[in-house]
Amino acid sequence: MSAARSCRPPRALTGLFVWHLRNTGARQIPCRFVHFYHVASNRLITFQYFNFLKRMYVTQCNKDLSQRAKPKSDSIVSPFHELQQLDQEKKVVHKISSVSPIHQSWSEMSSRNELREMKSAAETEDSVIPGGAESKEDRQWKEMKLQLDDLPGILARLSKIRLTALVVSTASAGFAMAPVPFELTCFMLASLGTGLASCAANSINQFFEVPFDSNMNRTKNRPLVRGQISPLLAVCFAASCGIPGIALLTLGVNPLTGALGAFNIFLYTCCYTPLKRMSIANTWVGAVVGAIPPVMGWTAATGSLDAGALLLGGILYSWQFPHFNALSWGLREDYSRGGYCMMSVTHPGLCRRVALRHCLALIGLSVVAPVLSITTWTFPVISLPINLYISYLGFRFYRDADRSSSRKLFFCSLWHLPMLLLVMFTCKKSVLEKEDKGKLHGRSNEMAVEIRLP
Amino acid sequence: MAAARVLRAGGCYRRHPLASASSSASSGSGRAAERGERPDSVGLGFRPPAHSHSDWIGPPDKLSNLRPVIFYVPPEESALERRLREARQEAQASNQRFWARHNRAFRQEKEEFIYSRLKAKGLEMRDESGQKATLNAEEMADFYKDFLSKNFKKHLQYNRDWYKQNFRITFLMGQVALVRALRWLRWRKKNVEQ
Repeated sequence: MSAARSCRPPRALTGLFVWHLRNTGARQIPCRFVHFYHVASNRLITFQYFNFLKRMYVTQCNKDLSQRAKPKSDSIVSPFHELQQLDQEKKVVHKISSVSPIHQSWSEMSSRNELREMKSAAETEDSVIPGGAESKEDRQWKEMKLQLDDLPGILARLSKIRLTALVVSTASAGFAMAPVPFELTCFMLASLGTGLASCAANSINQFFEVPFDSNMNRTKNRPLVRGQISPLLAVCFAASCGIPGIALLTLGVNPLTGALGAFNIFLYTCCYTPLKRMSIANTWVGAVVGAIPPVMGWTAATGSLDAGALLLGGILYSWQFPHFNALSWGLREDYSRGGYCMMSVTHPGLCRRVALRHCLALIGLSVVAPVLSITTWTFPVISLPINLYISYLGFRFYRDADRSSSRKLFFCSLWHLPMLLLVMFTCKKSVLEKEDKGKLHGRSNEMAVEIRLP
Repeated sequence: MAAARVLRAGGCYRRHPLASASSSASSGSGRAAERGERPDSVGLGFRPPAHSHSDWIGPPDKLSNLRPVIFYVPPEESALERRLREARQEAQASNQRFWARHNRAFRQEKEEFIYSRLKAKGLEMRDESGQKATLNAEEMADFYKDFLSKNFKKHLQYNRDWYKQNFRITFLMGQVALVRALRWLRWRKKNVEQ
């Protein structure tokens, strides 16, 4: 892959974040945030996926934006809505349905060099096949026999493992922001349960969309489309992930989290997926799907649905719109041909208005955070620059309505969310602070009582 | 292993222990059946190897972008397995028809739209260098919106049909897998007792 490299990795900034993390004490932010920030900031990114998968590289060309992954409905909608927007999943990470890359003319060679959204959890290649070899392979007839060696890779692609990971990290963010002492076992169980639920939802989504995926560039290499796995096996896999996942959340964490997880799977597979082909309301449903995972993380920690959970969900909800709308702007041809009802095709003005509206809403929500005592007042102050920047790009997108402004907005959204969550975590109101304040208050009450008594 | 076998991709009949005894006895007729029982391969220009007992999936079709499947017909196909194979063949044929027609219409209408817009602007289909003139995304947006709304009802109907097909085929696959698993367990039990 010899795409022109033009990245300007903000390594210094990344270093700064890592340093800051180390100094915040015992509480550790999942280092994924740093990683994702770093990854998100680079134009050309290669990164290794999980060890059990073969080495996969995601490269992104300067020109075309790859696809969006939709967050798994079940799990958290990943912040990388576009990437995960492909298939909205419960996951916090809002999966973005894979959007076929914007391409003017394809040669067979260049088809191999499809640019992918870095966060696209859509398709991952098993290995980097040089040149046009993949397209050659593609043109051959293959025996429909399940190779057990390939099964882990196939299941990883079926469950959109990258998107799932992003969704789980958004749930972790919700867990981390909850104003309770950190419990490792609860955290692990919640993350695992959310991850399994996300895998299940993603698999069912792919099961439902085989002919449509075949017709869109981004999604045409999915396992079910290629016949690498049978629909029966896909459904069995989804059941064997979803049932233990929800059971784990219900029994191992708390019933509220389990209920939210099950609801998110349902919302993603039975509401969002069919709705994509019926009405533009799917975007709003998908945004809810993306917003639920951090709420799940919060309820896993505290056991109740507080205002803080709803605020976190609200932030993810609002973020989905600039992310997805900007991405969908470049996929209008594929959506139109595939029969997907998206705002960018049917109501382009509304598409841009909504994106801008929600960029501004993010500023408002950042101010609400300290009001609810989730963060200190430094949070809206520090987050103001990045919120203003994304709002500015949202405004440019609203005014210009062209490909370059949509891409700028999309790329900004990729690093904006991890950064926002990171800043939020660092400005989190310490639990101890609150306890102290409580004690003082209690003591003064006692004194008042003493004085009043004769 | 056998459990994995029954869940394997495709509805094809795998090398079943019961069948292997019979197939070796009637290998001649079996081979003949295999040779004759891949009628769909004729239209697709590919014949799977004779020894193969699985389905074969090909490259995406030029028009429909769907991958055709050549189904394996085992010599001792049960009624249930035949129902599954026929359901899959029917679904494949109807999906192929739908998408081929739909994509062709899209391409045609897109060409017409570009032509009419270029004419309105006073340009030719090909510019000085002989390159095909195109409109940018913003100009095409009207066409995309129009095309989507024109085909909306068609898509609704197709969605319904597709979901029905998908559920039916998956359910049949489940039934076939279950029957095979039970058969294998019974055979295992018989072997163990012997």
